[in-house]
Amino acid sequence: MSFWDFVADRWSRLAGEALLHVSAVVQCTVLAALIGVGLGVAVYRSPAGSAVATALTSAVLTIPSFALLGLLIPVLGLGAPPTVVALVLYGLLPIVRNTIVGLVGVDASVRDAARGIGMSRLGVLTRVELRLAWPAILAGMRVSTQMLMGIAAIAAYARGPGLGVEIFAGLTRAGSANATNQAVAGTVGIVVLALVLDGVFALIGRYTTSRGIRGQ
Amino acid sequence: MASEIELVDVTKRYPGADQPAVDSVSMTIPAGEIVVFVGPSGCGKTTTMRMINRLIEPTSGRITIDGEDTLSLDPDRLRRGIGYAIQQAGLFPHLTVGQNVGMVPGLLGWKKSKSADRVDEMLDLVGLDPADFRDRFPRQLSGGQQQRVGVARALAADPPVLLMDEPFGAVDPITRGNLQDELMRLQAELRKTIVFVTHDFGEAVKLGDRIAVLGQQSRILQYDTPEQILANPADDTVAGFVGAGASLKQLTLLRVREVELSKAITATTADDPAEIVRRLAAAKREFALLLDARGRPTGWVHARTPSKPVPVGDSVTLQSTLQDALEAILTEGGAAVVTGARGEYVGLVEIDTVMSTVKRLREEAGA
Repeated sequence: MSFWDFVADRWSRLAGEALLHVSAVVQCTVLAALIGVGLGVAVYRSPAGSAVATALTSAVLTIPSFALLGLLIPVLGLGAPPTVVALVLYGLLPIVRNTIVGLVGVDASVRDAARGIGMSRLGVLTRVELRLAWPAILAGMRVSTQMLMGIAAIAAYARGPGLGVEIFAGLTRAGSANATNQAVAGTVGIVVLALVLDGVFALIGRYTTSRGIRGQ
Repeated sequence: MASEIELVDVTKRYPGADQPAVDSVSMTIPAGEIVVFVGPSGCGKTTTMRMINRLIEPTSGRITIDGEDTLSLDPDRLRRGIGYAIQQAGLFPHLTVGQNVGMVPGLLGWKKSKSADRVDEMLDLVGLDPADFRDRFPRQLSGGQQQRVGVARALAADPPVLLMDEPFGAVDPITRGNLQDELMRLQAELRKTIVFVTHDFGEAVKLGDRIAVLGQQSRILQYDTPEQILANPADDTVAGFVGAGASLKQLTLLRVREVELSKAITATTADDPAEIVRRLAAAKREFALLLDARGRPTGWVHARTPSKPVPVGDSVTLQSTLQDALEAILTEGGAAVVTGARGEYVGLVEIDTVMSTVKRLREEAGA
């Protein structure tokens, strides 16, 4: 059976897995963004705090994903929980770092003017600083998403959802009929989905960034 | 509407510093006047100003605005009632000019329509056409235009007090001069209480009703009118800061409209050169000023070369300072042409007029 025949034959199954894959990555990125931006906001005023937060999230990234999932299984069991935890942890670094860089990069005179005309601290953060840091934060989320697309494939090892199932199944049955087709279908699917998501991020960036700061 | 500001023994001490940044400053800033804090970098003048709207909290002492202790108010609410303009303008780059100017009315909970009207009124006031500028973003403006928007934003909620921290420090000298003239025009209309910080003594003389010359730790070396400081500096430090050329700086205190203008021999561009020569000879003058059909000066003609006019290079208006006039006199040689609101010729300022004015100023201040 040729590759395209294989894909046509298994289309509904592959599409379902693709949907689960994207859904898991998007949800984990959003979760990582909420935690990461919160963390960035908490530490950006202190250089020491920023250094610690960046170092910690970098350290997480150095743990091999296979090992992290393996270590999480005894604690959280199989399926979605270890997948979500691992993906969120891996997604943190780019978002935390970009949030800090974005917030620190806000022009001091803009912050001073915002305080000087009577905005509250929270107002300055939500109406000025986060708006100006948004392109950087979004760029961090974009990098995280790309990274998580690949890492999510490994989650199949912990019986997680997604196209990783096809890759693992193909690899374990290596040599038997359609084994290569199965692994390639999973891999190509992930690459295609990653490209599509990247395009979606470019569009989101275009429509959510003020014209006054776009393209800088 | 304006308010008197009073500082009583205001001190700012930063933790870990041997000496206070601002040491026991007491002064009264009269309602409706521009008071300029001038002094060397790092003398604490900005710190002193920022304590008025509590961007910096005083360590001890009391600041009152119209008798009300600022420490008794919520700092954010206090600041919404005080205009604030700074050196880099500090416009919000992600918001349009209109949204920037409408920010304080928005914070104060004004209705959208009232706020929008106010935005247009303010842009008009600072010389920017609302239809053209309202929807632009700050990065689409020149430095001078950004400063104008900064001033419009500071004035939007009609605060009785305005704090300005070197607002014209980052623009080129010509734009700075224009912005200073604009501020004086605005102030003549609005009569706000303005605290203006600068390290440029010339700017202080030009703008200030009063000048506070500050030394280290914001100690007040002299607090007086510009005329008095120029004529009678309190001590050597002030004299050093006033610097050489105090007489020249006095010229920035006077406007061309305040001195007597002399008259040139005028002719129109349609006049016969021979006729011009006859009139010059009759008046025993060498130069005649050529005016166009609408009375605007176009050039000078010399009695010996009546058919070859030399264009007027540098002219001044009735609102220009005498220093500008002197500059024009030196460029033009002998006299500066003064023009009115529509560019029409109104008279001449001659070097003798400037000389006698300087002499009179000195005598008055010395007396």
